[in-house]
Amino acid sequence: MRIVAKGLTYTYDPKSPFASHALNGVDLTIEEGEFYGIIGHTGSGKSTFVQHLNALIRLTGGSLRVGDYDLADKKCKFIELRSKVGMVFQYPEYQLFAETVEKDVAFGLKNFRKDMGEEERAAAVREALETVGLSYAEMEGRSPFELSGGQKRRVAIAGVIVTKPEVLILDEPAAGLDPLGKQELMELLHRIHGGWCKTVVIVSHDMDEIAENCTRAAVFSEGRVAMEGTPAEIFARSEELFALGLDVPVTARCALLLKERGIGIETDYTCRDFADKVLALWRAKEGGHAQ
Amino acid sequence: MEAVRFDNVKFSYEEDGQDYAVNGVSLSVEEGEFVAVLGRNGSGKSTLAKLINALLVPTEGKVTVFGMDTLDAKMTFEIRKNAGMVFQNPDNQTVASVVEDDVAFGPENIGVPREEIGKRIEFALDAVGMQEFRHATPSRLSGGQKQRVAIAGVLAILPKIMILDESTAMLDPRGRREVMEVIKRLNRERGMTVILITHFMDEALQADRAIVMHRGEAVMDGPPEEIFARSEELETYNLTLPRAAAVCKALQAAGMPVNNAFTAEELAEAICASLQRG
Repeated sequence: MRIVAKGLTYTYDPKSPFASHALNGVDLTIEEGEFYGIIGHTGSGKSTFVQHLNALIRLTGGSLRVGDYDLADKKCKFIELRSKVGMVFQYPEYQLFAETVEKDVAFGLKNFRKDMGEEERAAAVREALETVGLSYAEMEGRSPFELSGGQKRRVAIAGVIVTKPEVLILDEPAAGLDPLGKQELMELLHRIHGGWCKTVVIVSHDMDEIAENCTRAAVFSEGRVAMEGTPAEIFARSEELFALGLDVPVTARCALLLKERGIGIETDYTCRDFADKVLALWRAKEGGHAQ
Repeated sequence: MEAVRFDNVKFSYEEDGQDYAVNGVSLSVEEGEFVAVLGRNGSGKSTLAKLINALLVPTEGKVTVFGMDTLDAKMTFEIRKNAGMVFQNPDNQTVASVVEDDVAFGPENIGVPREEIGKRIEFALDAVGMQEFRHATPSRLSGGQKQRVAIAGVLAILPKIMILDESTAMLDPRGRREVMEVIKRLNRERGMTVILITHFMDEALQADRAIVMHRGEAVMDGPPEEIFARSEELETYNLTLPRAAAVCKALQAAGMPVNNAFTAEELAEAICASLQRG
């Protein structure tokens, strides 16, 4: 499903002293198949934007289409849309509520697919748990509250992907995890992205994470899209990102410092590519000496 | 002076369990040190922190804070006055609806006289750069600002030790920078002993010393640069290198002669030196 937003505007607490314009005309297209990154600091409108994508926030200005769903249309089938656009909030483990892991993961399914039989549902829950790397047999009857932090987060994600959404949106999915936990979570998302889930959208503050994982990204600032492109295109404009109060990946900071010293490196800013490009320069120099 | 001392400390969350969250830790932190504690989730970092200010007491062994034994219940109050703790979630640490009342909560509870409380609020909000938000509502502040208020609340008790348990984990990069700057300044200018529990390797690089926890044991202890130079050992504890250090290691592995680097600046320096070497 292609996501097309045009002139999206949104105001929190309108007509009150606290009125704040969260979105000031967002134009953005996310093609099907992307692993899309949304960047921006707190208050830039990125969370407000993603909450529009499955109609958690109703459209008040502008237009938004997600696949064939026109979100400006009051007759739009919102429930159906929500089963196809999954949303994982920040720290989703705080939203676990059921007595057992099985019941927690099955909850969304019970609401979205009322026609589904017991057996079919159990099979879907099993598949969702196994997709996130947890064993159904071990987990099913346990209370979600006695699991470790990383396991809880996986259960929470299983509860969203159990409906096999075509678009999966995650707000800061790796926040608070240890470095290895972050890596494992990203691997999980790439695994899901290869199958029934066509498009993944992650909101992240971690520029290294965006550089390493995303196919494209948008930078939000003051309720608008300030930049859009591949990570290579975006991080080549480091100075502009600094001006917006944002960070850049370590590789981009390093590339910028090298540029100041007359060493130009063209890279996509992943650690691997950056190292390869530096090594190419070194080998060229060594080769030059050998002659 | 020795601020914190652990003597063969063991701690189990179970009544008569053999499963130790902290398993035989001995260490000593001098007053004025800035110590980062690293380790995977579940490695015992937070338990270690809670043992310092007597939120937990050892199952075996002994913890002392400025010579006071945490097992001595009469000392608990005095220990907590000396060792303040800031937690992860900024929203769980607010008790009042106005910033200055929130900061006053700690001193009010330890019976600080009224006039003195005013001075302490002044001092604490100044120290974290939140003076202009004195009359603001905490719920309308950003995450970084909320954490600075939480730190101010701890500072108002005038502790000698500040323990931060993943206090930057929920913040955006700007909020993290704000909090790290406040912590470093308190350490540098006021000689505050800082114990920083973190998953961010770049934060650990800013400390004087890093301790790696693994399965309840303190398995590595030394200057952060020395710890990150032992990357193979670090990997066995499921920890990763700071990204610049990982790139540097990849270059070295491919045979390029570059000096060890841990930050983007050091990496650029090292690459430049290697490429321009004649």
